[in-house]
Amino acid sequence: MPKILTRERLVPNIHLLEVHAPEVARKCRPGQFVIVMPDEKGERIPLSIADWDAGRGSVTAVFMLVGTTTRKLAALKAGDEIPVFVGPLGRPSMIETFGTVVLAAGCFGIGALWPTARALKAAGNRVVALIDAKAEDLVYWKERYRSVCDRVLFSSRDHALASKDFIPRPLENALKAEAPVARVIAVGCTYLMYACAQATRPLGIKTIVSLNPIMVDGTGMCGACRCTAAGKTKFACVDGPDFDAHLVDWEELFMRRRSYFDDEIRSLCHYEETELP
Amino acid sequence: MAEDKKELAPELKEKLRTEFEKDWRKDMRKSVPPKDRMKLGRQKMPERGPDERNKDFEEVNLGLTPEMARAEARRCLDCVNPQCVAGCPVGIDIPGFVKLIERGEFLAAAWKLKETNSLPAICGRVCPQETQCEELCTVKKAAGVPVGIGNLERFASDFERLSGSVTIPPLLPPTGKRVAVIGSGPAGLTVAGDLAKLGHTVTVFEALHEPGGVLIYGIPEFRLPKAVLKAEVDYLKRLGVDVRANFVVGMTATVDDLKNEGYEAFFIGSGAGLPNFMKIPGENLVGVYSANEYLTRVNLMRAYDFPSYDTPVFPARTAAVIGGGNVAMDSVRTAKRLGAERAVIVYRRSRTEMPARTEEIVHAEEEGIEFQLLTTPVRYIGDEHGRLRAMECQKMELGEPDASGRRRPVPIEGSEYTIEVDLAVCAIGQSPNPLIPQTTPGLKMGNWGNVEVDWTTMATNLPGVYAGGDIVRGGATVILAMGDARVAAAEIDKFLRR
Repeated sequence: MPKILTRERLVPNIHLLEVHAPEVARKCRPGQFVIVMPDEKGERIPLSIADWDAGRGSVTAVFMLVGTTTRKLAALKAGDEIPVFVGPLGRPSMIETFGTVVLAAGCFGIGALWPTARALKAAGNRVVALIDAKAEDLVYWKERYRSVCDRVLFSSRDHALASKDFIPRPLENALKAEAPVARVIAVGCTYLMYACAQATRPLGIKTIVSLNPIMVDGTGMCGACRCTAAGKTKFACVDGPDFDAHLVDWEELFMRRRSYFDDEIRSLCHYEETELP
Repeated sequence: MAEDKKELAPELKEKLRTEFEKDWRKDMRKSVPPKDRMKLGRQKMPERGPDERNKDFEEVNLGLTPEMARAEARRCLDCVNPQCVAGCPVGIDIPGFVKLIERGEFLAAAWKLKETNSLPAICGRVCPQETQCEELCTVKKAAGVPVGIGNLERFASDFERLSGSVTIPPLLPPTGKRVAVIGSGPAGLTVAGDLAKLGHTVTVFEALHEPGGVLIYGIPEFRLPKAVLKAEVDYLKRLGVDVRANFVVGMTATVDDLKNEGYEAFFIGSGAGLPNFMKIPGENLVGVYSANEYLTRVNLMRAYDFPSYDTPVFPARTAAVIGGGNVAMDSVRTAKRLGAERAVIVYRRSRTEMPARTEEIVHAEEEGIEFQLLTTPVRYIGDEHGRLRAMECQKMELGEPDASGRRRPVPIEGSEYTIEVDLAVCAIGQSPNPLIPQTTPGLKMGNWGNVEVDWTTMATNLPGVYAGGDIVRGGATVILAMGDARVAAAEIDKFLRR
């Protein structure tokens, strides 16, 4: 079973998991994900790959505490084993020389977009990162982004950071300041991606999002992750996870992500009653 | 499509003949004359009562007792020209193992089965015997009811497993040749077992976290207990087969990567892992599942034991399952077991055209499953939260036969009606999984995403790469996959020793 190399809390509700998985590490490309299962009774969930080191044989994922599975993951320690850490899955993000690319990242997406930022810079793009967080102390990997991006901007509801707005307005400002922008890539919670899609739609700027529906196997076998793009049903695990944000049926995605809301609460209560010390 | 029923190969005929001529077989034939054998009634498989079993996931069939098995075996005439063998996709010496049961040599019967079938406890439970071996049984032709070959197969292999004396057959000396088997379903496990016995070093790569493919994620516990599958996989491991779970060939490593690592031959048995939908309005509403997802949640992820296991599945008041095959029967009986008040099969043809095994249809009827036949859904209707609440259906009538030989269902105009459902499971078939084809440059594909093979050898157009089961057939049965696998294994052996 794959061994945990590092598990650390990055900010209060976001954790990092670095796992020894040399075969996965060898194949990783920006935009891909792994399926993990925290223990033998656990659920299989997808996590975006936030980094990898083929030499060390390690793969890193960043995740937000949401339900039972992520809580179980957050309870793991270096040296523990994890029964499922399989991948890399999904089609890699398209990395080309586009010109100026604006990356809009929030919560786990700050981690998930990091490999893309690095690869886009290496491919000769001007890379501008716009990092969204509720407060300054929820921002992580600031220095990493500063090390490869041409500009790093923030959107926040917190006075300590430059802007005091949720992401659409700062994004519009960035797009104006950086015009012409060839492409926007937004990764984070569904609402953040939806808001970015709405902001760029009138401007006609190509916008890519990494969709995050519920998955089970992650290899196209079950169809749990189906979503609609350009009026056609797609499987996010094998046709995505990247999609053109302006073609996505957002209402359906929001609805399908809420499928098990009541069960998630029941599961969490069960976990807290039976497994928490 | 391959010929599924074929003339017996000359070597097989020869082998059957030698066994037939053995003295003990002659004596046994003489001991009871055929006309007396034909008077014997078929032993009914003991099963749990419908109202007990439709509330849990324990196995429905309980298995024959030794006395019942011997009585059933006595019904076999030991024909000089055993047609039943011609009906078996893997060519099991059926009279051979049946007569050993009649003689009371149950372990020997199990070993006889394993000469040709690595997974007899599974086949005895899930094969459609009524359209294969038992269809061609002479007793059926002469007296109406065939010998219960499937039940006897199950009996012998269960007897061996429960006796704790599972023996390992002699293995040929190691060849040092490495074979990669992609997918651990019935095809992959069969290839792995055959090649390990022939002395090759076999690694089976499985994308999910437990081996078995459709045997673990698809077929429910009440029809195929996981313990039976586990025993069969353990047997393969004892033959030296290495099973690597959590490895997605195509993503974790491609076929070319594995070639560079020293694998010399490949068997692609990655299955029909891409569910089909009907492309009708409302299919993405919450509460509409593919059968693959529904069964995977319940079987592989144990959602029936939520919240002890973390994966949830929707319970239903009224569950509708679309389709008439084994997967549809498994899904609808699962919904019933999870507490549905009404569990309904919605099938566009009539009962006679249903592809499911007869036993599954009968069991479903006994368990209180409703059948709305000659009916197809045309639209799913959701509530304000996007959850399924009803399904609009249309009645059908049967027209002229289509390419499959079955009469084509034709919609009846104006026959639409709505039924209230809160769960729908789409079990209308699967397509081949695209991951391997997409990541294996040069692999020749057929028109519907299947891997193309030479049906006599199961070889693809790439040297050393073979394929079988649903990745070439689209959506067939366990035993057809195993039949492909046996052919492929023999050819891979030849290829490696060339």
